[in-house]
Amino acid sequence: MTLKTLLAGATLALGFASGAFADAHQTKVGFVYVGPVGDGGWTYEHNQARLAVEAEFGDAVETVFVESVPEGPDAERVMSQMALGGADLIFTTSFGYMDPTINVAAKFPDVKFEHATGFKRADNVSTYSARFYEGRAVQGHIAGQMTTSNVIGYIGSFPIPEVVRGINAAYIHAKAVNPDVEFKIVWAYTWFDPAKEAEAASVLIEQGADVILQHTDSTAPQAAAQSAGNVVTFGQASDMAEFGPFPRVSSIIDNWAPYYIARTRAVMDGTWTSTDTWDGIGAGMVGIGEISSAVPAEIKASAEALRDSLADGSYHAFTGPVNKQDGSAWLADGETADDGTLAGMNFYVEGITGDVPQ
Amino acid sequence: MDLSSINPVLLLASLMVAATPILLAAIGELVVERAGVLNLGVEGMMITGAVCGFVVAVGTGSPWLGFIGAAAGGAFLALLFGILTQYLLSNQVATGLALTLFGLGLSALIGQGYIGIKAPSFPDWHIPLLGDIPVIGPIVFQHDPMVYVGLILVAATWWFLHKTQSGLVLRAVGENHDAAHALGYKVTRIRILAIMFGGACAGLGGAYLSLVRVPQWTEGMTAGAGWIALAIVVFAGWKPWRLLLGAYLFGGMTVLQLNLQAAGLAIPVEYLSMSPYLATIVVLVIMSSGRAPGSLGRIFHASR
Repeated sequence: MTLKTLLAGATLALGFASGAFADAHQTKVGFVYVGPVGDGGWTYEHNQARLAVEAEFGDAVETVFVESVPEGPDAERVMSQMALGGADLIFTTSFGYMDPTINVAAKFPDVKFEHATGFKRADNVSTYSARFYEGRAVQGHIAGQMTTSNVIGYIGSFPIPEVVRGINAAYIHAKAVNPDVEFKIVWAYTWFDPAKEAEAASVLIEQGADVILQHTDSTAPQAAAQSAGNVVTFGQASDMAEFGPFPRVSSIIDNWAPYYIARTRAVMDGTWTSTDTWDGIGAGMVGIGEISSAVPAEIKASAEALRDSLADGSYHAFTGPVNKQDGSAWLADGETADDGTLAGMNFYVEGITGDVPQ
Repeated sequence: MDLSSINPVLLLASLMVAATPILLAAIGELVVERAGVLNLGVEGMMITGAVCGFVVAVGTGSPWLGFIGAAAGGAFLALLFGILTQYLLSNQVATGLALTLFGLGLSALIGQGYIGIKAPSFPDWHIPLLGDIPVIGPIVFQHDPMVYVGLILVAATWWFLHKTQSGLVLRAVGENHDAAHALGYKVTRIRILAIMFGGACAGLGGAYLSLVRVPQWTEGMTAGAGWIALAIVVFAGWKPWRLLLGAYLFGGMTVLQLNLQAAGLAIPVEYLSMSPYLATIVVLVIMSSGRAPGSLGRIFHASR
């Protein structure tokens, strides 16, 4: 971790050196990334949105970023240096940056912070996230019908509400179309480690899974499924279209660009306020990648119908009756989950085996 | 919990695959450290090897040429380290750390146009006769050739260090470079060669990830494997066979804990996740009677 610190420090130093000559009226926007921009998934899409901000505002905005910042005290230091370097707005793009963001924001009241996927806010800290679970519902719908072994493997990253929500949404919708479906869940405890992700995928395949859902950032599980030959996968965070039409049959695509552009504009206009944004398919923050030709037409049609009903709000991905894992009632018939419960979700729904690591 | 879903044959077979990148990198570092040089740049050399191997394999369509390219790339980076530490007498720890930073950046640069490209396939060997033995065949004799290259390297390193005169000289250089110098051995030259061997091995380990294990190029894909290789060298007491045990133990626990998770074992996942590290440390510490080479990490200059 020391190395990454040094690297981050060096990158920042370079940033300062070049920033010293920048126009004083430029708005400076910083981005803190958890993985490398070339991960092909989560961080890649955040960086695409950063590039979109640059394209939108041209010389009026300068962006800086530091990649592969560990979640923890190091992140705090990176953010502090960004703020000291003159950043007006800083996007911290991983759940684990939540407390560091709050701490640093308290020291720099004039700098605006935007924390992705968290739930702690302050006067100068907004949170934003996407309703990825809507995409997971569509994935579950397809996965439940594509599996022949009825075993679906799920590679989790960390047991945080974001990931647990995705597992539940996928499970509910897989179960709805295939009552015999079973989920095998493996926690990798990393967002990005291609070798470990590949191993996790191989293990799940060896144990009978013929559909792999991943909530980690690299494309390694796609490659593992490809070499196995008969295993279905879904792109995570980014389209991962290079693995289509099979094994990758669809994907969840994060589209942060409109939000990043809007928030940058708000800082430039002086209209920025602390908000909590949670947009889904309808607002365009979550995209469903093209459902490939490997999926039978009727499944594709019903998946697209599900996607559209989620988008126009006529259907909620968590609609009762749904029980918790222990059998106790959670949502009554027709009741939909409230955002507070979803944001802090730390339980599995009925039918999933195993425990959420606490 | 359903332990019957774990197939022990597949588990043991994937153990050998999971251990190979660490094993390759660690055996190279072992030789370097036995020659009295501490190169902390294993991670950087691995990732450089990963990208060089990938680029060459994609360009030529041959994974074998890819591995040769990876070894060359790793050795080149190691040579930089060698020149800095052996001729310009820079601090080995700082230079090694810098080498890791440099390797991570360099690999990201070289790999720019290679994200999302598929590597040429590197098929498993199904060794005739041996591969047909029930149980043992699928575990030991049906892997890709690099698994065996790793094993051969361990055996060859042991043989070289303990059974040849050159190995004795290399160890002498590592134990006491002044004495070795007084006896007329070329300390610097021997160390440069050892460093380049270490770099080549680390490069092979990295390329094993990008060409076989994952197999594709992703920035930062070694994700700390180089540091684990470094740790295993120390915990193995600088002995080749213990290093093999350590690497297999680590690889085995990594695969086993994922299997147990998937099977739904009622042990908290946190403990399973830390188990590879704990088990490797505990076993190797219990066995340990190793002693660091006497001149490890010390700067050698003939006039002092």
